[in-house]
Amino acid sequence: MGQLFDFTEVIKNLDKIAISFWATIRLAAVTAVLSMILGTVWASFRVSPTPVLRGVGTFVVNLLRNTPLTLLAAFCISALSDILKLHFSETPTVNGYWWAVTALSVYTSAFVAEALRSGINTVPLGQAEAARSIGLTFTQSLRMIILPQAIRSVIGPLGSVLIAMIKNTTVVAAVAYGVDAVSEMKQLFFDLGATLPMFIGFAIGYLVLTLPTGFFFGWLSKRMAVAR
Amino acid sequence: MSREATVLFDAPGPRARRRNLVLTVIAALVILGIIAWIVYALADKGQFDKVLWHPFTQWDVWRTYFIQGTINTLKAAAVGTVLALVFGAIFGLARLSDHWWIRVPAGAVVEFFRAMPLLILIFLAFFVPATVSPIIADGPLGNFQRVMVENVFSIFGVTINNGTVTVPAFAAVVFGLTLYNGSVLAEIVRAGVQSIPRGQSEAAFALGMRKNSVMRLVLLPQAVTAMLPVIVSQIVVLLKDTSLGFIIGYEDLTSYGFKIEPANFSNLLQAAIVCAVIYITINLIVSRIATMLEARISRSKKSITTMSAGSSLPAAGMASGGADAA
Repeated sequence: MGQLFDFTEVIKNLDKIAISFWATIRLAAVTAVLSMILGTVWASFRVSPTPVLRGVGTFVVNLLRNTPLTLLAAFCISALSDILKLHFSETPTVNGYWWAVTALSVYTSAFVAEALRSGINTVPLGQAEAARSIGLTFTQSLRMIILPQAIRSVIGPLGSVLIAMIKNTTVVAAVAYGVDAVSEMKQLFFDLGATLPMFIGFAIGYLVLTLPTGFFFGWLSKRMAVAR
Repeated sequence: MSREATVLFDAPGPRARRRNLVLTVIAALVILGIIAWIVYALADKGQFDKVLWHPFTQWDVWRTYFIQGTINTLKAAAVGTVLALVFGAIFGLARLSDHWWIRVPAGAVVEFFRAMPLLILIFLAFFVPATVSPIIADGPLGNFQRVMVENVFSIFGVTINNGTVTVPAFAAVVFGLTLYNGSVLAEIVRAGVQSIPRGQSEAAFALGMRKNSVMRLVLLPQAVTAMLPVIVSQIVVLLKDTSLGFIIGYEDLTSYGFKIEPANFSNLLQAAIVCAVIYITINLIVSRIATMLEARISRSKKSITTMSAGSSLPAAGMASGGADAA
C-alpha cells in the first residue's frame, strides 16, 4: 500500500512540472489581456444606442456562450489552421500556441462581455438621471458617475471569469497546443505510470494558480464594493 | 432604436436620433462587408462545394453520426446531471451543518473540486485506476475494491479483471462532471438556503420545530424555488462540458460530428458548423427553460428571493459576488 503514495517520481520531475505550469501561466496571461479587450468591444456593442450593433453583440455573445470550448478549439486548429491554411507561424508549436490563445480569448470574451454589461446594469438609473440633470455631458457622466460604480461591481464577476479561463487553458491546450501543465501530466502518466502522487502534484499546481486568484479578487471586490 | 432613457443614454432627441440612424447605416454596411468578405474567402477556398455539404442532406449521415452523437452527449449529460444534483444536495447541506466535523471536510471537498480544471478530473478517472487498482488489489482493501466495482461501478461500464480496473471514457466523463458540477451545485444549494431571510428560520424555531424540520419544511422548499434558474443554467454548463469527452475519445457529438463524420466525407469545416448549431439549439432550449422558470417564480408572490439565472456564484476561493463562468 505504501507505494500508492510514493512521491519520489514527482520530486524528481518537479522541474518539468514547473516548466509546464509556466506554459499554462503564459497562455493564461496573454488570453486575459486579449479577452478583456475583445469582451469590452462586445459589451460596448451590447449597450450601444445602435440596434444593429446591439444585435451583433447579442448574437456573438450567445453564439460563443452556447458553443463548447472543445469544439471551438478543435475548429480553430483543424478547420481554420489546417484546412483553410490560416497560420500564425510556420513552426507548429508557435502556431498551436496562438490558435489556442485565439480560441480561448474569443470564448472568454463572451463571458467578460456579460460581466461588464451586468456591471453597467447595476448602476441605478437615478444616478444617470441625476448626472444629466446637473448638466453633465455623456462623456462626463460616463467618466465620473457611471464607470467608477460599474467597474467596482464588475471586479468580482471578472475574477470568476478569469479563474474559469485559467481552468479552461487545459481544454484549448489539450486540443490545439499540447505544451501546458495538463499535457505534461498526460505525458508523465504515459512515461512513468498514472500514479496518484503525480495527479496530486498537478492538482496542487492548479490550486496554487486558482485559489490565490480567487482570494485576491474576493478581497478586492469587497474592498471596492459600492456602499448603497 | 431605443426611445427610452438607459443608464448610459438619455432618451434621444431629434439630433441624436439622426446621428443614431447614420451610425446604424454605417455599422450595417461594415458588418455586411465583413460577412461578404468571409463568404468570399470561404468560396475562394472552395468551401461551398456541393460535395462538402451533400452529406447533410442524407438521412443516413444524420442517423449514424449526428443523432448517435447527440444521444451519447445527452446520455452523459443526463447521468452527470442526476449524480451532480445528488452530490450537490448532500455536500451543500453538509456545508450548512452545525457540526464542524461535517461542515469543514465538506467545505474542503467542494472548494477543492471547484478549483480544479474539469479536464484533469476526467484524466484522473480515466488513467489513474488502471495503475492504482492492482496495488490496492494486493492490499487489505482488495476484496472491497472488487465488490464495489462489480456491484456499483459496473453500472457505468467499469470492469475489473484480475484486480486491474478499467474505466471507459463514458464513466470518466461522468465522474468528472459529477465532481466538478456537483461542487458548483453544492455552492448553489448553500447560497440558496442562505438567501432565505433569517426571520423564516427564527419563526420556525419559535414554533418549536427542530433543525431537521426547519430545513425540510421551511428553508428547502423556498430555497429550491429560488435556485431553480441557477441550477438550470449550471446544467447548460454541464452539457457543454460533456464535449471534453472528445479529448479522451468518448463518442459524443463532438467526436462523431467533428472526427468520425469528417473522416468519411472530409468536410470538417461544414461538420463543425452543423455540430455547433446542434449544441447551440440544445443549450438555447435549456436556457429558455431557465428564463421561463425565473419569470414564473418572480411572477408568483410566494417566493421571497430569486437567484437570477444570468449571474450566479463566485469562483473557488472568493467570498462573495460574481458570475460563475465555465
